[in-house]
Amino acid sequence: MAGPDIQIPDITWRDNWREFPFWLVAIFAFLIVMAILVFTDPDIREAFLFIIPGIQITLYITLAGFAIALVLGLLAGLGRISSNAVVRNIAITYVEFIRGVPTLVLILTLAFVLVPAVSNSFGVDNRNVSIELRAILSLSIIYGAFLAEIFRAGIESISKGQMEAARSLGMNYRQSMQFIILPQAVRNISPALGNDFIAMLKDSSLASVLAVRELTQRARLYAGSTFRFPESYLVLTFCYLTMTIALSLLLRWYEQRLGKDSR
Amino acid sequence: MSDDIIVVDDLHKYFGHVQAVKGVDLRLKRGEVVLIVGPSGSGKSTVLRCINHLETPTSGGIYIDGVHLEDKKTNINEVRAEVGMVFQQFNLFPHLTVLQNVTIAQEKVRKRSKAEAEKIAMEQLQRVGIPEKAAAYPRQLSGGQQQRVAIARLLAMQPKIMLFDEPTSALDPEMIKEVLDVMLDLAKAGMTMVVVTHEMGFAKAAADRVVFMDDGQIVEIGPPDQIFGTPKHERTQLFLSKILAH
Repeated sequence: MAGPDIQIPDITWRDNWREFPFWLVAIFAFLIVMAILVFTDPDIREAFLFIIPGIQITLYITLAGFAIALVLGLLAGLGRISSNAVVRNIAITYVEFIRGVPTLVLILTLAFVLVPAVSNSFGVDNRNVSIELRAILSLSIIYGAFLAEIFRAGIESISKGQMEAARSLGMNYRQSMQFIILPQAVRNISPALGNDFIAMLKDSSLASVLAVRELTQRARLYAGSTFRFPESYLVLTFCYLTMTIALSLLLRWYEQRLGKDSR
Repeated sequence: MSDDIIVVDDLHKYFGHVQAVKGVDLRLKRGEVVLIVGPSGSGKSTVLRCINHLETPTSGGIYIDGVHLEDKKTNINEVRAEVGMVFQQFNLFPHLTVLQNVTIAQEKVRKRSKAEAEKIAMEQLQRVGIPEKAAAYPRQLSGGQQQRVAIARLLAMQPKIMLFDEPTSALDPEMIKEVLDVMLDLAKAGMTMVVVTHEMGFAKAAADRVVFMDDGQIVEIGPPDQIFGTPKHERTQLFLSKILAH
């Protein structure tokens, strides 16, 4: 009896079909339509040209805020795992306080309560503290608390044996953290840090409540003075989505490279 | 303190309410090789970890070369640089190359220049037989090779004492010998060693004394021939019959 013809099923086509990123096509379609409208529709172009200079302040607030947030997050994350009960409780208070209040409320509170209180106690008239600086400080204090949890998880993800090996070679706690634990932890958490950078870019739009003239505030100003609400907010959406999609694609690419490297 | 390089004086260690070590006394002379055997949970690893202060004794004292580890004035990092520890899981630093694994503590603790640290590192990698892997990362090495790098990493610090916490337990059988050979060479070269292991071959070839521990206490101490040949205590006999049976 002859054996049955073995047919190797050609599943690659179906697999490719299922794997194909249709979502990306849909989003790119929206972005391309918007880009075409910016060039062809005079109303939309006018809105775009009014709003787009705000990108400079949006990026400035995000980058400066994130840089400070990284420092705060690292310090608070190390504080969270400190064996010193005072340090640990200060860090936990900070993190839990921030996480318990909505971001918008925090921005108002930090910018109009904390910043004046601190600047007055240093003898600086709080009217001299610019709204951009207030926005940066508010966002960095908020994101410092989120990043603290990421840093803590990253450090705790490194096996205890690493710290023991470093310490048993005579390195002190700071050296062991700096040269052995953190380089590994930061590598592990870099995708999470990237995600929070994107989240912060989006949350920088909340700085508009402080009247900082970033993208969102400019869109609101334009809409309010021209009553062209659809044009203003479609253009605004277009601006943010372009940036976040570009960043998250970059992040995916980086994650894949990271995965290959560690194999 | 005469010439005892390690003195363990009435060591007690609690983990919460569980007492892992119940009054252990042990003295080692310079150049002595002592093996600690015993069932799991007998406290042998805890004693070892107290000797370089990875665990803090609940009571009792550890003296390394006359320096009291529990004394607040003692700089524990200085002592640890003299007391190397080899771990069951190797604990190489995965983000550093083999060479960097061996140089980092030399540079940061011994304050040696990069060139000097690398020279010493290559000598030690030569000694453990894998100089050709200097540029590799730990994940590219076999378990036996990783453990030999871990030993080279310690040797580069020129420690006075080396502690081995089940150094071959995580290894495939065919790799155990290459690690034991390195350890034998060290013993012959006069290194003071405390080894927690069940490798009887190593015990007979290199150990000056064997310590049998059970339930947080030392049951008996003696030369390997006596402990393995004519153990006095019933608990020792029972334990040895189990591990020598296969």
